[in-house]
Amino acid sequence: MKISFNREACQGHNRCYLLAPELFDVDDEGYAVLLVTGDVPEQLHAKAQLAVDNCPEYAITLTEENPPA
Amino acid sequence: MSGPERCPVTDWQTDFDHTAPEYAADAPAIWQELRETCPVAHSDRFGGTWLPTRHEDISAIAHDTEHFTSRGVIVSVLEPQVPAPVGYAPPISSDPPFHQIARGLLLPAFAPKAIRPLEAPTRAFCAQLIDQILLDLPASGVVDAAEQYAQHIPVRVIAHMLGVPAEDGDRFRGFIHRILEMAGQNEEPVSAEDTMVHYIFTQIEKRRDEPSDDLIGFLLQAEIDGVPLSDDHVGGTIALILLAGIDTTWSAIGASIWYLAQHPEECARLIAQPELMPFAVEEMLRAFAPVTMARKVSQDVELGGKQLHEGDWVLLPFPSANRDPEFFENPNEVILDREKNRHAAFGLGIHRCLGSNLARMELTVALEEWLARVPEFELADPEAVLWSTGQVRGPRKLPIRILEPGTSTTTTGAR
Repeated sequence: MKISFNREACQGHNRCYLLAPELFDVDDEGYAVLLVTGDVPEQLHAKAQLAVDNCPEYAITLTEENPPA
Repeated sequence: MSGPERCPVTDWQTDFDHTAPEYAADAPAIWQELRETCPVAHSDRFGGTWLPTRHEDISAIAHDTEHFTSRGVIVSVLEPQVPAPVGYAPPISSDPPFHQIARGLLLPAFAPKAIRPLEAPTRAFCAQLIDQILLDLPASGVVDAAEQYAQHIPVRVIAHMLGVPAEDGDRFRGFIHRILEMAGQNEEPVSAEDTMVHYIFTQIEKRRDEPSDDLIGFLLQAEIDGVPLSDDHVGGTIALILLAGIDTTWSAIGASIWYLAQHPEECARLIAQPELMPFAVEEMLRAFAPVTMARKVSQDVELGGKQLHEGDWVLLPFPSANRDPEFFENPNEVILDREKNRHAAFGLGIHRCLGSNLARMELTVALEEWLARVPEFELADPEAVLWSTGQVRGPRKLPIRILEPGTSTTTTGAR
């Protein structure tokens, strides 16, 4: 599972930082900073999904590496 | 409440009035009906105003700064006098590119890590308020949770941030009532000394001689491209923080307590599972989002099959977006552990509520401290609950009965 973050779309709602602090930090202005590059560790998949499902600006996306056939 | 000249609303599709008491009392049902029958409603009131109710349309407007200007954000018969892109209360009234500069000045003061140190004093203040309520509790057990609890919390927090005396809170509430809840309606004339403008400029003058490390002092020292901010900019921003930070949060705390008063099982659940609180807070914000923003149309544009003209007002009822069944599953159900919740309580697009982290902290702390001390309570008189009119919706009268633990009886469900 890969995670990507669109800084242009982020408006600093900070939902990802609250729900998945292992994956997101915030900068001094309150915009999200993605802490991992590429693969999301297995144990953080659920938190990554929460971050995606609660971002009002759709700034976070998850992609399965090997989508089921 | 209603102004003397108000005509009663006969048709919400063509003649809605968001300042009418019947709108305040029943807004979620009105939005639902409009969403199903006339998703972009219109009214000739206030010089011509649109009311979109679908998430899709509200989101589209919030993200479109080309056709919609923030020069006016409170619908009124009065035209906003300060032109774009600055507006009368930067940055909420500002458009790009100035908006980003004015907002950038303030963002660090409202970022999550800057808000965190305010949590402990807020918690102590909430605890103190409730302890006093319990100490003074009448034999009936009835208190007003809006007047005696919710409203005091943001007033104290904002006064602290601005660096003004906590006792000035009563005056803030008077300003807010006149400006937001009675927007565009003539009430009693007030003396110049009793206006928010006078209050703010007095505070600014005080700091001219004695620089301070509060938010007003910070704004007075701030510069854009090496030039200090104008007094109007500083005054407008302080007005914004005062107006936007108080009755909004007061409304969210009050509405949450109103809901919990009708759902003792949910109170018990939150007490037993405190880890649910972050989800519950977002769900309260979704279901009872207090704020409806507004824009003015700056270029003719079509929306939901309707032609909007330059100069028209457009309301952005974020709480209606939050109850759109096209966007949320079971939108009228409060699901405290809702896991998929892209709510728009703090707006969408570049004007996302600057104080959202502060509001979220205050709501969380207010509910945690309340439940820790008042685990069982119920509405004392559901008919006596009074919802505010205008663009900020929350209970202004909220009589509840504090119960001895173990005596609660489940009452009617919430809307």
